[in-house]
Amino acid sequence: MTDALLAGELPFPPRPDYLRDGTTLTSWLTTTDHKRIAILFAVTITMFFFMGGAAITAVRLELFTPNGGLLSSDTYNKLFSFHGIIMVWFFLVPSIPNTMGNFLLPLMIGAPDLAFPRLNLFSWYLTVAAGAVTVYALVAGGVDTGWTFYTPYSTMFSNSHVLAAAAGVFMVGFSSIATGVNFIATIHMLRAPGMTWFRLPLFVWAIYATSIIMVLASPVLAISLLLVMAERWLGLPIFDPARGGDPILFQHLFWFYSHPAVYIMVLPAMGVVSEIIPCFARRRIFGYDFMVYAMIAIAGIGFFVWGHHMFVSGQSAYANLIFSFLSFIIAVPSAIKVFNWTASLYRGQISFNSPMLYALGFVGLFTTGGLSGLFLASIPVDVHVTDTYFVVAHFHYIMVGGSVSAFFGGLHFWWPKVTGRMYPESWAKFAAILMYFGFNMTFLPQFFAGYLGMPRRYHTYPPEYQIYNVMSSSGAAVLAVAYLLPLGYFAWSLFYGGRAGKNPWDATGLEWTTTSPPPPQNFDRQPRVDRGPYDYHAEGQSAGLDPPEPQNSREVR
Amino acid sequence: MSMQSTHPHTTAWRLWRRNGLIWAALMLLLALTLVLAYVPMGWLTPAAGIVIAFSKAGLVILLFMELAKARPLIRLAAMAGVVFLAVLFALTLADVLSRLAGR
Amino acid sequence: MSETTSLLKEPWQYFDRQREAGTFGIWVFLASELLFFGALILTYTVCRIENVAAFAAAGRETNIWYGTINTAILLTSSLTMAMASQAAAANEGLRRLILWCLAATAALGLAFLVVKGFEYREDIERHLVPGAHFGLKQTAAQLFFGLYWIVTGVHAVHLTIGIIMVVRLTLLGYLNKFQLDENPEIQVTGLYWHLVDIIWIFLYPLIYLPGRTS
Repeated sequence: MTDALLAGELPFPPRPDYLRDGTTLTSWLTTTDHKRIAILFAVTITMFFFMGGAAITAVRLELFTPNGGLLSSDTYNKLFSFHGIIMVWFFLVPSIPNTMGNFLLPLMIGAPDLAFPRLNLFSWYLTVAAGAVTVYALVAGGVDTGWTFYTPYSTMFSNSHVLAAAAGVFMVGFSSIATGVNFIATIHMLRAPGMTWFRLPLFVWAIYATSIIMVLASPVLAISLLLVMAERWLGLPIFDPARGGDPILFQHLFWFYSHPAVYIMVLPAMGVVSEIIPCFARRRIFGYDFMVYAMIAIAGIGFFVWGHHMFVSGQSAYANLIFSFLSFIIAVPSAIKVFNWTASLYRGQISFNSPMLYALGFVGLFTTGGLSGLFLASIPVDVHVTDTYFVVAHFHYIMVGGSVSAFFGGLHFWWPKVTGRMYPESWAKFAAILMYFGFNMTFLPQFFAGYLGMPRRYHTYPPEYQIYNVMSSSGAAVLAVAYLLPLGYFAWSLFYGGRAGKNPWDATGLEWTTTSPPPPQNFDRQPRVDRGPYDYHAEGQSAGLDPPEPQNSREVR
Repeated sequence: MSMQSTHPHTTAWRLWRRNGLIWAALMLLLALTLVLAYVPMGWLTPAAGIVIAFSKAGLVILLFMELAKARPLIRLAAMAGVVFLAVLFALTLADVLSRLAGR
Repeated sequence: MSETTSLLKEPWQYFDRQREAGTFGIWVFLASELLFFGALILTYTVCRIENVAAFAAAGRETNIWYGTINTAILLTSSLTMAMASQAAAANEGLRRLILWCLAATAALGLAFLVVKGFEYREDIERHLVPGAHFGLKQTAAQLFFGLYWIVTGVHAVHLTIGIIMVVRLTLLGYLNKFQLDENPEIQVTGLYWHLVDIIWIFLYPLIYLPGRTS
């Protein structure tokens, strides 16, 4: 008997969930429902993920042997450039914010939708249009500048489709800005009664910090690419040293965005992990306040460190010093978060469901990647390993080992809520473990290869590096399987998976108090919040066997 | 927060007077910056232009855009843009100027 | 009030809240625009620091009368836009005032573009376009004019968007498609318009005033 019936109220009339509320294609393409837009984004970025993956598969095949022979050097350059551009801007940046952020943000704060629903739809259309332009660049022959578009190569010497690629990225930047504005306004203005700032789930804080970065950093990227496009198309001499220009200026403008961009890619992942770990350890998060401060600090300090990508560019030693120092500082808040996630496990009742496997994997792999970052922050070491596979391994540990793992963890955690179906847990566990091993096999050898001097972005290499490349390429094959498996069993679950209840994990967020899938307006009853998040156990005690109180315990569940 | 007054005409007149005065100040500053550009004062000439530009922008942002009486959250948003723009300028110029000095 | 509910949009329950959110949202967007143009101005600054003499020589070649007149035009358009926005917020039924001021704003914006058109034509005739036929001898003067075309072009695009938004408000208001009093869209458009003006306020001394002392 529900409390509603006990109180003598009538039950709610049956109403469709958001998936069944309008089944035509038009209803999907003109929707302003944040949940549907999240799904539109999810489909789009999955396509881009596999495109970027296909590109790098060709690259890793080429690198299996020292003189490959499968691809010409030009084609090789175009493939890794496409891989970088697609993966960074069309997969990682939108992944967690535009799929899980879009879907969960209003649910987690108890709102019926985002602040500007039509702007949300516009964001998606802009991403699709931008993606089309970028894919056109590939189809028309590709771009070979690397995802970094460095001048003067990109402006004066490259014979590839720089203009189209830069235009595509320029456009998708504005999608990012629109999303960021939407999220910031939503979090400020649409929280349910009782949902104070320090009762927000950490995922919401993560999205908030990410949105600030998106709004403030993306415009500078747009300008850097606009200038490259202007120079190429109109012959303007912005970065041409012979005519008074400064090529290093491009790098300043580019990295002013692209360094904070890596925090756009990692902060939401940290937010996801902060939701999963408390749930599957049945513990409150350790040090909630400092988790919040750490995320704000990462977002803020992230804007001060971009020059560490430019230590060997010709930047002055004075600037090098400042950037190196600040880059060491920014490791501190990340470390605080790692300590807190670990401490949250203490005295927990840990269950190794697949989301938890991904989350724990994140903690280890992110830490490894982050520690390698400290090596790179140290200028003497950086001079040795810059533009080698050491750097490649570093950022893949964080982006792939970190962000992609967290993305998959979140996908599994919230799949029941989004679709109303359960996925097969044993397959999911298998895929998670396979991913962990495949990932390490792919990228751990790259640390060694890089440290021993193997340069990046070359289609051939001296034979002494072959062992590392063979390991890496084999690992990539395993990783590919691990990424394809979820595609299979998630699709299966849509038709044959068990129906999920409101709260299959007994978690505490507001999103778990509504039906799976949720109704179009998110909640049948306006939630009112009376407690903090992660209330998995009483103070000073371990969690009991009963389900915890979710955040709106006074409302009918 | 709308001003309740006795008559729409009084409100209109009040608005014209307030905004007209601000406009007059802006025009004066424009004339000033034009004139000063022709006065050879070494580095002070471009500096004066920048300072006057900031003053004009300040009038527009504080009075036309009413940032002066906006609630704190709005001012925080505006400040955030300014602060991070300042960071972009400061650290980039730190590199450019020290490279120039070293040449 | 039954009138304000027609302006109420999903997902908002209260009109005041929607209004606040709209104002806040546009200010956040303006912060991003500040960084957008700020990056362009940084580019100019770095190039100027590295090529002081050439920039002074190039700046002298700009048409100071077109530039000053355009600045005056935009400042006046900010006046009319502020009038329209504040009159709407005052909620005193100042319908004619609002509509005239909106129309004047759009007209002044168009006047700016017309003057800019004349200026661009003159610049092209005087070979101030970087490329093979560039008219000045210093190589870095090409850099100045490259930035000139980019910056004024981007500004003009933003101004055009602003004009379209203001014209839309004028038409919808004139045809009584929505109420003007307390209309949040007027305030939001106004804030965007003022930003376009502020950008020009900074561009004016950077483009038109260098090199005038010699």
